[in-house]
Amino acid sequence: MKILVCISKTPDTTAKIAFTDNNTKFDVNGVQWIINPYDEWYALVKAIELKEADPTAVIHLVTVAPADAEPIIRKALALGGDEAIRVNTDSHDSYYIASQIAEVARQGGYDLVLTGKETIDYNGSSIGGMVAELLDLPYISLATKFELAGTKATITREIEGGEEVNEVELPLVLSATKGMAEARIPNMRGIMAARTRPLKVQEPVAAEVLTSVSDFGLPAAKAGVKLVDAEHVEELVRLLHEEAKAF
Amino acid sequence: MSVLIFIDTAEGHVKKASLEALTYGAKAAGLLGTTAEAVVLGTVQDDLAALGKYGVKKIHHVNNESLNHQDAQVFANVIAQVAGATGASLVVFSNNLSGKAIAPRLSVRMKAGLVSGAVALPDTSNGFMVKKNVFSGKAFANVSVNTAIRIITLNTNACQALAGDGTAEVVPFTAAVEAGKVKVTGVSKASGEILLTEAEIVVSAGRGMKGPENWGIVEELAKSLHAATACSRPVADAHWRPHNEHVGQTGFAIAPNLYIAIGISGAIQHLAGVNRSKVIVVINKDPEAPFFKAADYGIVGDAFDIVPKMTAAIKKLKGIA
Repeated sequence: MKILVCISKTPDTTAKIAFTDNNTKFDVNGVQWIINPYDEWYALVKAIELKEADPTAVIHLVTVAPADAEPIIRKALALGGDEAIRVNTDSHDSYYIASQIAEVARQGGYDLVLTGKETIDYNGSSIGGMVAELLDLPYISLATKFELAGTKATITREIEGGEEVNEVELPLVLSATKGMAEARIPNMRGIMAARTRPLKVQEPVAAEVLTSVSDFGLPAAKAGVKLVDAEHVEELVRLLHEEAKAF
Repeated sequence: MSVLIFIDTAEGHVKKASLEALTYGAKAAGLLGTTAEAVVLGTVQDDLAALGKYGVKKIHHVNNESLNHQDAQVFANVIAQVAGATGASLVVFSNNLSGKAIAPRLSVRMKAGLVSGAVALPDTSNGFMVKKNVFSGKAFANVSVNTAIRIITLNTNACQALAGDGTAEVVPFTAAVEAGKVKVTGVSKASGEILLTEAEIVVSAGRGMKGPENWGIVEELAKSLHAATACSRPVADAHWRPHNEHVGQTGFAIAPNLYIAIGISGAIQHLAGVNRSKVIVVINKDPEAPFFKAADYGIVGDAFDIVPKMTAAIKKLKGIA
């Protein structure tokens, strides 16, 4: 089985969010970069678990990013994965990124393409669906469990207010969320091995860019909390009803 | 030309999020000088014509039983046929699980630029620009769409459903429906409860509750407000509460009108899932809890003392004995 895991580089969850150049660029000053948590904890670790169950499985990682993403992809390789592919381009929009990933997927003939449920920076949750459509494959979103018997996958996915079990034949695209796998920490052997695992760089294919960010902004600051004394709970209820009109 | 809105259903009933999408789509149609039309797939129990009160003029109903299960690949194909037939220049989805699964596929199929998680109407003064949340609600971006056909998924509670007068014309649409590749073999749903992702009011509790046996007062408060219950990640991880109640970065992102957080410190990962709530109330015994910085109202004190008093005060106000 061949598995392709999509890896994105994102600012750390606790990074300060600020913008420069007239609010057109994310301020990278002092920002710690991480593997997008959903890509790492759920998609990549699930791929590793599948390979542990079937050692003949091959895991490739793909990222669509300039060279500054290499420390992140090396970190991903330290967790697991036999080889990484970096498509050497700025990421532009989700359609452009999905087009690059779909091209890598076509070349590699993968049985399973895994993504996280969304990136924590752009929150688009659209790459998996777009890649699936470009490849004419089924796409199971927000998967929490994945089991394989031959080429038949049994997948549990979140639906509003519950969950649903799907059966689908490989190949397919899947976005993973909490429950899919347990987060792991790279060990020393993995870190050493990652240095020698191939990281191939390939140039992008021509693809359109359908959307572009004009500018960013920060939400208006809250007016500040109005504290009510613990002895006057009914006053809080009155404020919520009359002032905030919250119920 | 039209704005086409996707009406999302569950067991034949129109979801609340779709009423917001219809209102948004009708307003967008006004801005674009065109009419709002909608598409619904599969068997529907509700009165579709009545949805005209949200501003939609015409509803294309693909009444085909094989569409009662939502297969995103099949749905994207059918919606593309309807969008083509109606000459849609904008397709609107809710940014819920259906929208997240179908809209990206439709974007590829129609080569239509997608803005996911929109929080405002498009700005058409210079091209076509839509505001969306980024960085898990910590910032927003204005996204320009550079294609003739555009797709928007609308965040829940970003546009209040507005009912006026009007009746929609419901017309059958015959589409070519392919066989789906995904077989649904089981569905489990919490029944009879208020759906967390659709709730106007959410009462949420964290580790400060000390144990699952203490959730009674949280549920009582939720009941008095007709609210859904939620919890923080440590609570779900400890199996004090079911996973489908977990809100935050790794759980559900919600945006109710009122969010009451009890015994939750307010870590940045938790805030990422709830910071779009209109009014946030924090009850915590630690005055230094970071959540107070993100709150509109707060009480520093013991939840076991405050929460029952709150329930009593609400019942009194509502005239419930």
